[in-house]
Amino acid sequence: MRQVQLPFTREVLKELAAGDELYLTGTLYAARDAAHRRLVELIRRGEPLPFDPAGQTVYYVGPSPAPPGRIIGAAGPTTSYRMDPYLEPLLERGLLATIGKGRRGREARQAMLRHGAVYLAAVGGLGALLSQRIRAVEVVAFPELGTEALRRMEVAAFPVLVVNDLAGRDLYEEGAVRYLREGEAP
Amino acid sequence: MSRDIPRAAVVQAVADLFRRANQELGADMVAALEAARGEEASPTGRRVLEQILENARLARTEGLPMCQDTGFPVVFAFLGEDAHVDDLAGAVDEGIRRGTAAGYLRASVVRHPLDRVNTGDNTPALLHLTLVAGDRLRLAVTPKGAGSENMSRLAMLRPADGEEGIVDFVVETVRAAGPNPCPPLVVGVGIGSNFEGVALLAKRALLRPVGDPSPDPRLAALERRIAARVRDLGIGPAGFGGTVTALAVHAEAGPTHIASLPVAVNISCHATRHAEAVL
Repeated sequence: MRQVQLPFTREVLKELAAGDELYLTGTLYAARDAAHRRLVELIRRGEPLPFDPAGQTVYYVGPSPAPPGRIIGAAGPTTSYRMDPYLEPLLERGLLATIGKGRRGREARQAMLRHGAVYLAAVGGLGALLSQRIRAVEVVAFPELGTEALRRMEVAAFPVLVVNDLAGRDLYEEGAVRYLREGEAP
Repeated sequence: MSRDIPRAAVVQAVADLFRRANQELGADMVAALEAARGEEASPTGRRVLEQILENARLARTEGLPMCQDTGFPVVFAFLGEDAHVDDLAGAVDEGIRRGTAAGYLRASVVRHPLDRVNTGDNTPALLHLTLVAGDRLRLAVTPKGAGSENMSRLAMLRPADGEEGIVDFVVETVRAAGPNPCPPLVVGVGIGSNFEGVALLAKRALLRPVGDPSPDPRLAALERRIAARVRDLGIGPAGFGGTVTALAVHAEAGPTHIASLPVAVNISCHATRHAEAVL
């Protein structure tokens, strides 16, 4: 278990290995399908982005509404492969890490290796528990997208595991192989 | 004589069931997760199961949805032939709308798959109506997250493929899904019927209390066979590797055509939600 202060530095990323458990503290940007589509459209048109991805971490999440007395509702990760088509344009602008759940495609993994970025998993379905690790939240752009708006979040001791590290390892592949029984394909 | 069930009672019941299903994980699921925690070989897997149980406890006590994906609202209505409800479909939608507001649930439904404009209140519900004997209305509200729904599959096998073909298709579907659908899973399997019928059989299999075997001994044996193969996949809790990949495999079968062997696999996550009421 390692405490990590966000934003990541390239030095810290080099020390991470698939399977490492981290507690993240600092700033994340929250975006999912619709916000990514908007961001990549802005990039294609050569227009400025509502945040600078350089050095930052994007969390794939669409929170539920905040009940009275809370700043946010349930806020666990969504499935990451849907954001694969939007990943490389953000990596080209310096994004260092993404957080979600589930496997990344081969092209996304290759793009992360080329750009020196890592992929982290939060445990899917921990909406209530992860909500408590979010200390502040504000909508940065696309408020009309509701749950899919781009948000800035301050998190404290936010638990994640390293899935794809800079050495090209993959926790999901290695984990399943470790517990695979004879006769089944990985 | 038909018995009138007031529309307002249906609205209230659906609203309450939709909110409750999202905030209160069923006792059957909690028991299955606790058993899994005792059984899991991977230390990381055991920690994940511990977090899942803690999350369920927090959701219940804090009045938060256990998952931010509060699901596509699927409602099964088993309506007695001697009961009458005015505007059942409208009442169900009104209940979903009110439950969404009361439970601070996420609006996760778009009005059209291509323009993708959010309806803002999770309507319309997908309503499955079955006529049954009696004068009651049984409602089962089963919000279904997309992470697991997206990993579900359907195949039109040949009758010659038999049980072997069914087992292989289900195991291959779980293997291909890997970590994406939030394991440990509940795997709903439909066998028989036709193209649209088999998907509904798989969905209905998820309504059964988790871990109850099929009352049909032949299906119960098939469930055990699939469960053993799924265990061998090594996917584990959250897909980080481990021995508990599924909490249960539930199979339902229906009459089919002489030329057909349809199989549907409806994958559900560790937050498999359903809440029921009888009016």
